[in-house]
Amino acid sequence: MRDYVVLRVVGKIMMAFMLLFAVYVHFHSKYGPGGGFQAGMILAAAIIFYAMIYGLPAARAVVPEWLVETMVAAGAMLYLLVGVAGILLGGNYLDYFVLHADPVAGQLRGIFWIELGVLITVAGVLLKVFYLFAGRPVTDEDGR
Amino acid sequence: MMAVAMVSIALQRNLFASVVLFSVYSFLMATVLVALDAVDVGMTEAAVGAVSTVLLVGTLYLVRKEEMKPLHKPVLPLVVALVTVGVLAYGTLGLPAFSDPDAPIHQHVAPRYLEDGPRETGVANIVIAVLASYRSYDTLGEVIVIFTAGVGVIALLRRRGTKEKER
Repeated sequence: MRDYVVLRVVGKIMMAFMLLFAVYVHFHSKYGPGGGFQAGMILAAAIIFYAMIYGLPAARAVVPEWLVETMVAAGAMLYLLVGVAGILLGGNYLDYFVLHADPVAGQLRGIFWIELGVLITVAGVLLKVFYLFAGRPVTDEDGR
Repeated sequence: MMAVAMVSIALQRNLFASVVLFSVYSFLMATVLVALDAVDVGMTEAAVGAVSTVLLVGTLYLVRKEEMKPLHKPVLPLVVALVTVGVLAYGTLGLPAFSDPDAPIHQHVAPRYLEDGPRETGVANIVIAVLASYRSYDTLGEVIVIFTAGVGVIALLRRRGTKEKER
């Protein structure tokens, strides 16, 4: 789609809003609808949108494969580590109120970090699946 | 409108039209979910619908455009589907009325979450409070499921890629 000037320019403007909206959905999930899963979906959708307009190599240059693969595992790891942090600070597994002197602030902190873990894993898995599908060699007419 | 979209998907032989109709169905579903005040789920449905449409179009790029003619008449599956619909419709008769405040699901732990949630977690969005705090283990399992599914897809598709390179 290199020749479509309108698409390329509008796409470039839209990208900033999509990424900002993903971050907003994550940070604002305490007060409005949303959360890590939704934010991860929107983040991945923004990158896929970019890949559709500028081509897969451009998207790979922005978000390389190794980063995506690391994200898949890192998100789940972050979630598990928040649970371990609860144990280390004297609570049970996934106890949040020990994460901060004030139990309510500890809850907020725990929820923020595990939702971030969800975001990273969801975005990573989606992008990886997209890369794998889009990067496969084209087969002939018979589909073989 | 959703029923129309579904029936046309079943009758459609052109795969590209099916993909477009699936995407229409997904966005109608997202609208229904927002109308039911489940904005979180509606948001997810809209995003998943958009991404899965891209994936399906990507798959279409790799396969033929027309579905093959079925080898035999699908009478038995039709009977099974109709019986299932009948059983499910019968099952809904036993459910409490829509948005009935006395339904068991609204009497169990939901009132406690609604009353104590904002005070205990400091989060105004009860959905997040329940998902991430009270039901944290369930969400952990969910993340592990997504992780496992992603690793499975990577393993399946990548192995094929290396084999093609070896040839």
